[in-house]
Amino acid sequence: MEPPETTSTVTLRVNGVQHSLDLDHRTTVLDALREHLGLTGAKKGCDHAQCGACTVLVDGRRTNSCLLLAVAHDGAEVTTVEGLAEGDALHPLQAAFLERDGFQCGYCTPGQLCSALGMIAEAGAGAPSLVTPPAEAALSPAPVPLSPEEIRERMSGNLCRCGAYGNIVAAIEDVTR
Amino acid sequence: MSTPGPVRLEGREKVTGTARYAAEHMPPGMAYAWPVPAAVPRGRVVAIDAGAALAEPGAVAVLTHENAPRLKETDDGALLVLQNDRVPHRGWYVALAVAETPEAARAMAAAVRVSYAPEEHDVVLTPGHPRLFAPDVVNPGIPGSRERGDFDSAYASAPVRVDATYTMRALHNHPMEPHATTARWEDGRLVAYDSCQGANAVQEALAGLFGMDKERITVVAEHVGGGFGCKGTPRPQVVLAAMAARHTSRPVRLVLPRAQLAAIVGHRAPLVQRVRLGAGEDGEITALAHEVTTQTSTVREFVEQAAAPSRAMYVSPNSRTTHRVVALDVPSPSWMRAPGEAPGMFALECAMDELAYAAGVDPVELRVRNDSAAEPDSGKPYSSRHLVECLREGARRFGWDTRDPRPRSRAEGRLLVGTGAASSCYPVFHMPSSAEVHVTEAGRYRVRINATDIGTGARTVVAVIAAEALGVALDRVAIEIGSSDLPAAWLAGGSGGTGSWGWAVHKACRALIEMVEGRGGTVPPGGLTATADTTGDIPSDPPHAMASFGAQFAEVTVDTDTGEVRVRRLLGVFAAGRILNARTARSQFIGGMTMGVGMALLEGSTMDPRFGDFAERDLASYHVPTHADIHGIEAHWIDETDPVLNPMGSKGIGEIGIVGTAAAVANAVHHATGVRVRDLPITPEKLLGGGTGAG
Repeated sequence: MEPPETTSTVTLRVNGVQHSLDLDHRTTVLDALREHLGLTGAKKGCDHAQCGACTVLVDGRRTNSCLLLAVAHDGAEVTTVEGLAEGDALHPLQAAFLERDGFQCGYCTPGQLCSALGMIAEAGAGAPSLVTPPAEAALSPAPVPLSPEEIRERMSGNLCRCGAYGNIVAAIEDVTR
Repeated sequence: MSTPGPVRLEGREKVTGTARYAAEHMPPGMAYAWPVPAAVPRGRVVAIDAGAALAEPGAVAVLTHENAPRLKETDDGALLVLQNDRVPHRGWYVALAVAETPEAARAMAAAVRVSYAPEEHDVVLTPGHPRLFAPDVVNPGIPGSRERGDFDSAYASAPVRVDATYTMRALHNHPMEPHATTARWEDGRLVAYDSCQGANAVQEALAGLFGMDKERITVVAEHVGGGFGCKGTPRPQVVLAAMAARHTSRPVRLVLPRAQLAAIVGHRAPLVQRVRLGAGEDGEITALAHEVTTQTSTVREFVEQAAAPSRAMYVSPNSRTTHRVVALDVPSPSWMRAPGEAPGMFALECAMDELAYAAGVDPVELRVRNDSAAEPDSGKPYSSRHLVECLREGARRFGWDTRDPRPRSRAEGRLLVGTGAASSCYPVFHMPSSAEVHVTEAGRYRVRINATDIGTGARTVVAVIAAEALGVALDRVAIEIGSSDLPAAWLAGGSGGTGSWGWAVHKACRALIEMVEGRGGTVPPGGLTATADTTGDIPSDPPHAMASFGAQFAEVTVDTDTGEVRVRRLLGVFAAGRILNARTARSQFIGGMTMGVGMALLEGSTMDPRFGDFAERDLASYHVPTHADIHGIEAHWIDETDPVLNPMGSKGIGEIGIVGTAAAVANAVHHATGVRVRDLPITPEKLLGGGTGAG
């Protein structure tokens, strides 16, 4: 009997560019980005989807890329922190993080930025959170206003050990207000 | 409105994802390593069968104590990895798998078969442990025990007394970037990209371990994803990566898995602290004892100096401050943000709150009454000390004067509301550093110094200091930091980075100005370069005591149904010398306070007595604060002019923010509920059935 195949050709469209990669079936989307495409913006903080540093957008939704096997995401559209700016022009969230000092060591920052982007879209599509008042949630799919409490709740999957939370929330508010 | 002060010089790289950290360098031909931790808490490795591991596709090598390069002796036994068959604690590395890919390395590590001869282990700290001893010296080289006056008599005769014991479990630093190294050997030279708080310390350690000149070693730490002490000195990853690179003749990258950090990179040891305060009816302290019991490992001695702040904070004519420690079969403890002060001030500042209630004196007023112009233990006057001003300004901003001091006096529905205060302090450290400043004919400046930016804003503040010393705009100054090839400098630790680096940079800038003036104000076509070294400038026994002080105020709610504590407001006021960059300084203060909220309410790790292992090894089980835990944090400061400190007039700010937070929160919990929780973290079960009305 032939040994089972352990690699596959996987196509990922990353920040608008198509890549065809021969990947080990154990390779995660995060490692495909970091080790195979040299896109080291998305970080590996815990490798267990507990810290959020690896957050990227996959087909428009924020996702912990350390838990996604690349082979299961053939054809996916991925947006990483490297894809947020337009040339030299920072994305408004990036500019706000810079101005508000929404980071210190910077290791959680790419995940915070991608998570914020995904979160703003989720709230815009009317997805309620734990702290959304029931009356407001009942209006779904009307957009949920992003109060600071909503932002904190929805961003809680992204840890920051430097403790920049207050500045991150202020930065996101600068963009959503 | 944003805080003024320049934005981080490397900020754009960090928000665009182009800043490269230690594991993001990929030299050609690089292999990946994955460690194998010991699966027994104490014993010997009898045999290692690497056969199955080496049969994995992509396998390169398995390093064990039988084939790994030999290392020279060092003071830090935690770095002597793969040198013998001893297992001093569970999680100690016994092998290292190296493969072509990260996936293969991980699979190899899982396939390494290790046989052990286990031995009886002892991992539980108890206050009466028979092997406790009184160390001569505790971190960072201060006396383990101090006595002044006659504590026993003064305490016995004091009209107001507090005798309380405070406990806390182990704490873990958990920076977001795990410890990582990419190492390569080239023509007998070693280059290591390492996630560390100071490349010079790593370079020197590697030189010693590998028996080579340090000039043949380059350690680069350009961007570091947090440290909080656990990257202060070299950690095993850099040694293992260098060994594996030598063994395989290839560049090797090693990133420590998150779940292995607790056993390998250091932690704040569990502590039992007994504090006794004797005071007059007016609350003035006549007797103070702070007795600390803690643990270290059998690998290296590290004793958390938790009694140290009691030597500095308050008048105490009769004082006893002691440490006792036992070496257990546990991972080696190490520095964690504000070692000594953070846990010690939790105990002292809770005891001060208890004294305030016992004496019937307002807690803020009690601290004011016990302020001391000189450091009580040394008798040296402080170069500047504005604790009272911080307490008063904090009380004013917080609205302390409207507080009803009676516990359980405020309720909002099922929430009990309380407020608490605590003082903060952190000593000033200066360490010798060197720097170089170059000016071009066109009037552009380049500062070179091996400072390390672990998130503090070091790069930016070094530029601010240089621009100010040179009298030029910030954008005329370029900064090079984060490499041992640069002029050697102190590491990012002990809140001593800015003072130590800034001193050297300032001196070099002044020297450069003199050189230019000596040439009639002209710069030749090749430019001019000035260097400076502060080794001779920093007094070894300064006539003054030097420290930062602060005050923190917390408002908490306690849910009477669930016992859950939430911090609603947290306000800090600090007197920390001249603030050099308001924007990044504020982030340092609130960052420390945020970690303090974790210490108060969330963080704590349990030693499993049977398996000899920390039970909480990852970020799902070891809880650090999240976005939802943190709101209403404010940091302010008092402008402090202190010409004694250093040419900038600055004190350290990286650690003081975490000092006092846990006490302010615990005191607020007491005010809310009437329950005195003396064991951190303050989790719901400690309040349920304890008088909150919940059950």
